[in-house]
Amino acid sequence: MDRVADRLSAFGSTAALELRGVTRMFGALAALTDVTITVQPGERRAVLGSNGAGKTTLFNCVTGDFPPSSGTIRFFGEDVTGFPPHERIRRGLRRTYQISALFPGLMVRDNVYLACCGVSRGRFSLLRPRANDVLMHAAERLIEAVHLSAVSERRVSELAHGQQRQLEIALALAGAPRLILFDEPAAGLSPAERRELIEILTSLPSHIGYIIIEHDMDVALRVVESVTMMHNGRIFKEGLPQEIESDPEVQELYLGGGHE
Amino acid sequence: MSLIERAHLDADIRTAEPRPAFAVLSVNEHPAAWIVAVLLLIMPLIANGFFLIEIFGQTLILGIIALSLMFLAGYGGMVSLMQLTVAGFAGYMVAVFGVSGNANISLGWPWWLAMPVALVLATLFGTLGGALAVRTEGIYTIMITLAIGAAFFYFTNQNWAIFNGHTGINTVATPHFWGIDWRADIPFYYLTLAIAALCYFAVLYLSRAPFGLALQGVRDNPRRMAALGFNVNAHRVAAYALAAFIAALGGVLQVWDYHQISPGSVAVERCIDILIIAVVGGITRPVGPFIGAFIFVMLRTFALDFLVKIGLDGNRFRLLIGIGFLVIVFWSSDGVVGLYERWRRSGKPAATHPRGGGGHG
Repeated sequence: MDRVADRLSAFGSTAALELRGVTRMFGALAALTDVTITVQPGERRAVLGSNGAGKTTLFNCVTGDFPPSSGTIRFFGEDVTGFPPHERIRRGLRRTYQISALFPGLMVRDNVYLACCGVSRGRFSLLRPRANDVLMHAAERLIEAVHLSAVSERRVSELAHGQQRQLEIALALAGAPRLILFDEPAAGLSPAERRELIEILTSLPSHIGYIIIEHDMDVALRVVESVTMMHNGRIFKEGLPQEIESDPEVQELYLGGGHE
Repeated sequence: MSLIERAHLDADIRTAEPRPAFAVLSVNEHPAAWIVAVLLLIMPLIANGFFLIEIFGQTLILGIIALSLMFLAGYGGMVSLMQLTVAGFAGYMVAVFGVSGNANISLGWPWWLAMPVALVLATLFGTLGGALAVRTEGIYTIMITLAIGAAFFYFTNQNWAIFNGHTGINTVATPHFWGIDWRADIPFYYLTLAIAALCYFAVLYLSRAPFGLALQGVRDNPRRMAALGFNVNAHRVAAYALAAFIAALGGVLQVWDYHQISPGSVAVERCIDILIIAVVGGITRPVGPFIGAFIFVMLRTFALDFLVKIGLDGNRFRLLIGIGFLVIVFWSSDGVVGLYERWRRSGKPAATHPRGGGGHG
């Protein structure tokens, strides 16, 4: 895509995310083998693959939840391979979870407020937020952005599944994200909610790039400009959405009965 | 599950309850809390010196120390058995730096110097212990903190240079200023009440501040907190530091109350007493530890007479405490506070524990 090419030249060689030979072993099982990916700043990419292809493990290596067994991970040029997760998050990396990981006993607003605190200096503040608190305002804007204003004072445990998925996205948008990893954001959503999700994703500011794991091709291919296909822990194919969609090998593997 | 049921009831009038489920639903809103507050304030008019100090003073002091455990366990999910050890350490430091009958050991500093130094050192001690403990989870946290408590007990027993071995340090001086003897019954009661109130409201306030919210987040989902940019272990250590400061305040009051401190004051059984107090009272609310302390002190003081009266060995009073502990934990895993809340929610009259709130300051 031209947009990608333009950015490539504009940013020189500083990729948003650069994985070189990342391998992750669980005992004798290789969940990821020699994965090399480059994602440009602002790029939006889908990662496809059947269950067990290593998509979520890839996310976990990028965020630092599991360190890779070998290989290097660079985030905007900086080698973050040995960094703990919170250090990566503070540099502008974000993620959402396949199974919502929220704080069910807290109000929606407090969930988002916590996310805003996490990437600010107010993390250890012993003072309660005042009415004009900057972070609280930021939290309210995020809640608006994901269409949850009406329920901002509800406890998360009271929310419908779709609303919880939207809240997941709000948490990932806190602060100044530069690259967001969405792990199946559409899982369990109704068609109407999927449309809403697509709208939220496509209306993100263009400097925010993301990588999205999504089984629903209608969602995935509508919100990305490039696709990486994984199989058995390896990169199988990379390309434009149309290329991947029409690739016979991909169809063999994934679109046609690829679900084990 | 009952919380959720309640939430559905409230859903229609959701503006009426803007606060989240945990941490709050404060006793402040309850009329019984006001009655207890007034009672505590006018207590010197009602109670004699024995009740004032031996019952209410002790309740407040043990309540403060147990509150530090409630803060760690209730908000942070970390069960620390060394909170009494931290308190005892502060007590020892007051005795060592201040004035006491053991002139060969005590440095003789005035109280206004010895006390802050004791608080700082004890906070440091608790923070270091916490830094060790946060490397572990669950039962291992309990083991490490228990080991620190046991080690400190044996150390004080065997160290004569600073801790004066098993005899401990006696006749510790207490503060006199503004022409008041602050260890006299009434001033000491009010001093203890003021510090207990301060700690209680501080913990209540913190539960809704970013630090406290984040601590509860760390308890519920540490991995997600890290993915939000929080350094989970740093947060936990900071919680230990705060809890250590609270426990140290209790320890200073304790040594002023008894005028002495010895290894017996920091024995492992004492550490476990604090756990019992917190669990019996309930670790979901800051008021729990004070209720637990009140029950514990009443049992400790009167169970002996009661047992003798019915023809049993008075020294078995711990058996009563143990049975009480068992009963409460069996019926209500969140202590008396939880028991009370379920009772109130099920529509029965609120006044189930007429004296139960006696401790909260």
